[in-house]
Amino acid sequence: MTGGTWKHAPGFYAGDRPQVVTSRFQYEDSYTLERYLATDGYKGLRSALARPASEIHDEVKNATVLGRGGAGFPAGNKWGLMPQGVWPRYLVVNGDESEPGTYKDRLLMERDPHQLIEGCLIASYAAGLSQCFLYIRGEMALAQERVAAALNEAYAAGYIGKNILGSKFSLDIVLHWGAGAYVVGEETALIESLEGNRGMPRLKPPYFPAANGLYGQPTIVNNVETLANLPWLLNNGAAAYTAIGTATSPGTRMVAVSGHVNRPGVFEIINGITTFRDLLYGDEFCQGIRNGNDLKAFVPGGGSAPWFTPDQLDLPFEASQVGPAGSMLGSGAIMVMDSTTDIPRAALTLTRFYAHESCGKCTPCREGGTWLERILSRVVDGKGTDADLEQIFEVGESICPGSFPHASNEKLGIAAVPFPYRMNTICFVGPSAYAPVHSALTLFRSEFEARIVKRTMIKVTAVSE
Amino acid sequence: MARLTEENIRLAREIIGRYPKARSATIPLLHLAQEQDGYVTNEAMSHIGELVGASSAEVFGTASFYEMFKFEPVGKYLINICGTMSCALMGAEELMHHAEERLGIKMGSTTADGKFTLERAECQAACTEAPCLQVNYRYRYRVTPDQLDTLIDDLSAGTLSSEIPAHGVVASVRQHIPAERGVGAVAPGLVTENPVWLDGKAAL
Repeated sequence: MTGGTWKHAPGFYAGDRPQVVTSRFQYEDSYTLERYLATDGYKGLRSALARPASEIHDEVKNATVLGRGGAGFPAGNKWGLMPQGVWPRYLVVNGDESEPGTYKDRLLMERDPHQLIEGCLIASYAAGLSQCFLYIRGEMALAQERVAAALNEAYAAGYIGKNILGSKFSLDIVLHWGAGAYVVGEETALIESLEGNRGMPRLKPPYFPAANGLYGQPTIVNNVETLANLPWLLNNGAAAYTAIGTATSPGTRMVAVSGHVNRPGVFEIINGITTFRDLLYGDEFCQGIRNGNDLKAFVPGGGSAPWFTPDQLDLPFEASQVGPAGSMLGSGAIMVMDSTTDIPRAALTLTRFYAHESCGKCTPCREGGTWLERILSRVVDGKGTDADLEQIFEVGESICPGSFPHASNEKLGIAAVPFPYRMNTICFVGPSAYAPVHSALTLFRSEFEARIVKRTMIKVTAVSE
Repeated sequence: MARLTEENIRLAREIIGRYPKARSATIPLLHLAQEQDGYVTNEAMSHIGELVGASSAEVFGTASFYEMFKFEPVGKYLINICGTMSCALMGAEELMHHAEERLGIKMGSTTADGKFTLERAECQAACTEAPCLQVNYRYRYRVTPDQLDTLIDDLSAGTLSSEIPAHGVVASVRQHIPAERGVGAVAPGLVTENPVWLDGKAAL
């Protein structure tokens, strides 16, 4: 059984572009071993096993495979952060996709689970990882079923387990699944959850689980999409990989565009070059804003990202340009708001999300996120006061001291404050509760002011002189 | 009811055996308990504690952190309607109101006949297909109020029972590592040297 009668998750459009990770999405049976083997499946693993592990690690470094989870850290460098001589080392795959707007890892797991498995095998071989844990978000039943079925097939066929393909390389891949908690997507929280605990991020330093991760051992945590890139890379080489995209952002990346566009969808785009204007208005992408409306604002990189307006449409998918412009590319999720959007309400849907998902470990996030949600709800309900708007900034300051990143705006005459921010919390959930309301209030203050109750003064007169 | 059945104990031991430390199996075993009883009972949590070497309070400590675990009975069908930004922009609030009216209950509660529980959910990773919902973690995309009515009719009539199992069952396919192929859990302390394939020579 491979998932019964369910249809594939919809929403993907291939277009006429290079396909590094989505090449099998065109097939109805893309998730089976049979289809995988018929389309170059496990060839990358074979070629990797014929070469020394260090050479494969170098190949990944040379290709500058950027992490696709949100932070964009190069995978090859991440693997290099593990201390020498400490064994065993583990691989933890982050399939806990839950950043608002993000929809790509689920597609990769449901539609091409063997590609992910091959990626795990290549990474483990290259970096000397002794066991792999594939952590899938709890609510993704079909992804869990497809990956479980693929693992069972791959074990039976000798691609996973003892002496893989007759080599000295042995690896178990263990399917693990969560139970609903956004914060577990943070890598140290993911490890806590995998150890059977409440999924709360660990204190830093150490900053990277590469030094001290699962059971205190060196651990690599990589995103699903990052690992899914490796089979193609091994089949085609680093030079072919870097020939796509730009020098600092090579390859492709999966992007989901949702909200008020004519054709919302998931696209594999050329990294570094494709602009937000291409994505929102291009014929091969979203084909413009719905009903011919004007664009009001968009979230460029997942719910945690500060917002952009039409002023930023010509920026490409390139971190070195989006950062100075005041936001981040994050998890490849763009949420589009047209001219009819009620901005304070839209901001509330995100601030409420992060307030709800706070794990409660850091006070500024636990209390601050809740305060932000309450104040914003009050304003949206027409019960806010002028003081509430200032209080939003005050609470934000306690989560993220100093100026918070935002986009420039010509009409308002404001300059950009570059990404990143400073933070008083150990992970990004707290700042993420502030980002949407900060952007909304900075770029669309008049919409908030219009909802503030203006109490008219009642003249008090004495009953008698 | 309550403690794990013989068959589930066997499954639990198989799952525990894959991890370097037994406690790592806590969440998978909680799912197993929820699959068995429809929710997680106190007896199941103390049984899981015995199996993984933790107190029942520690197991509850973990379980209570996670949204999916329920500690009292919920409806046979748990309907989670997403309310985060992309869905909200595409009409999720209206869909929630419609669901509340249709079922005559508020978000977070269960119908008197024990068939349906309504929940407001956060982002379900189907943002281009907004507004979306899940019934026992099975997706429905771009849902209109009319389609929601049809869905509830179908669920009530039992015509979707082959596609949507009762609450508690998440994945209906399980991983199985064949004994002759499995490497076994690699625990810290068990291995102190680098893996053999890292010796610089070609592996094949």
